[in-house]
Amino acid sequence: MDSVINAQQIVNGLQLGSIYALIALGYTMVYGIVRLINFAHGDFYMVGAFAAYGAFYLFNAYLGSGGVLAFVVLILAMAASAAIAQLANRLAYKPLRYKPRLSSLVTAIGVSMFLEYLFSALPVIGPNPRGFPEIIPKRMFTVGSAEISNYVVIDITVAAVLMVGLTLLIRRTALGKAMRAVSQDKDAARLMGIDVEKIISATFLIGGAFAGAAGLLAGMTYPRIQPYMGILPGIKAFIAAVLGGIGNIPGAVLGAYIMGLAETFATSYNSLLGEGIAFVILILVLLVRPTGLLGEKTADKI
Amino acid sequence: MLSVKNLKVSYGCIEAIKDVSFEVPSGKIVTLIGANGAGKTTTLRAVSGLEKTTGGTVFFQGKEITNMEAHRLVPLGISHVPEGRRIFPTLTARENLELAGWTIKDKKQVARRMEEVFFFFPRIKERASQLGGTLSGGEQQMLAVGRAMVTGGSLLLLDEPSMGLAPVLVEEIFEKIVEINRKGTTVLLVEQNAAEALDIADFAYVLEVGYTTISGPAKQIAADPRVREAYLGV
Repeated sequence: MDSVINAQQIVNGLQLGSIYALIALGYTMVYGIVRLINFAHGDFYMVGAFAAYGAFYLFNAYLGSGGVLAFVVLILAMAASAAIAQLANRLAYKPLRYKPRLSSLVTAIGVSMFLEYLFSALPVIGPNPRGFPEIIPKRMFTVGSAEISNYVVIDITVAAVLMVGLTLLIRRTALGKAMRAVSQDKDAARLMGIDVEKIISATFLIGGAFAGAAGLLAGMTYPRIQPYMGILPGIKAFIAAVLGGIGNIPGAVLGAYIMGLAETFATSYNSLLGEGIAFVILILVLLVRPTGLLGEKTADKI
Repeated sequence: MLSVKNLKVSYGCIEAIKDVSFEVPSGKIVTLIGANGAGKTTTLRAVSGLEKTTGGTVFFQGKEITNMEAHRLVPLGISHVPEGRRIFPTLTARENLELAGWTIKDKKQVARRMEEVFFFFPRIKERASQLGGTLSGGEQQMLAVGRAMVTGGSLLLLDEPSMGLAPVLVEEIFEKIVEINRKGTTVLLVEQNAAEALDIADFAYVLEVGYTTISGPAKQIAADPRVREAYLGV
């Protein structure tokens, strides 16, 4: 190994960062709109991975493996995670919307544990890790000094397409304007005739769908899934959102790529350091720049 | 047009509005005047659905609207310009106006109303692509009134439109309010600037610590010795 930072590690870091970015966006969007740190968000990602797994075995016989199947699986994984996110919003978070914020924070931890234990207890899923199928046959290319698999290309492309789509949605569409308005001033939004609850639902659906896409990509890339798989990536994506400035959408993406790269470089130096680097970053951000890289004012974060 | 009877509103165990009743006849300007903390803002927020009432009734155009959600009242015809203007700071002036057309299906109508706003407030037209947060206080107030014009309500609730504005701008805003009223919009105006408010209003009510105490035609209220001493500083 010549150096910790080389082309191979940069590619791997961008790949990991893409997955973190998709998760971090859901964290930051939900925080932006209801000021809730949704600790169950990592579990929505886990649900997406299992939905993808299930969808693969349902449709494999009809569609074979390849692009069409992967697309169907992607849509179903996104739909499943969006549905779970919306369910959590309606059943758990909505009744506490205008109550002290600590209540919904604790509830989010409850939702998270509920999903983890529920999936462990379900006979068809169970607590044991299982291998994730090769939805698209894996191929390797050599580009310069780096070995790149087609999964790298898929992960980065899917994340980029979704993020561009989200940016257009937020910048250009009426829904996006309403989302920005609701995140800034709910009462003023109501006075424009905006049904704030509908906009919050839309935010949970989009955030959930992105986590579902991340679940599929992570399943394909690191092919082992289990009900607790959402905990660590969830925390790391949360740290990425904090690093970028929570509530700030470009910030979450920037934070996620920094996290992905830092983790990959640190892992290639020492694998334990790789696991810990996220928390080092969190501590540094909180000490040096608590508002995050692109964040603005800070009042109370939780 | 608007009829409020025995309104009560509480924040936790504090009763902010204890017994407020007033009428807003169609086509008129009615003002609620009173000191800080008398309950003027809370009354408006209860009418437009931002605050839950704990008692009393609100009727709008003969229909009971007590405790209806704010976003449902907008298409019925209630436009509320809240205290502090509440412009969306990171949306442009144009986007602020576009959002006000949220409940209107016909987007051509939204565009027409936005043109009216630009004609009415040329300053807003100049500032259309600037972020709401970068506008001056007066421009923000115009934009807030402009948003209400786009929502197109038949009843316009205005909460302290003169707050924090230079005297010249206060004049201008009040002139615009009269103009909007002449075009057929009924106005319910809440003001601490009692002299200006009484000057343009048809009817006035005085709010004191959660009660409506004195009421009558604005001219008569302006001449009332109690009002003159307490609110007009004469």
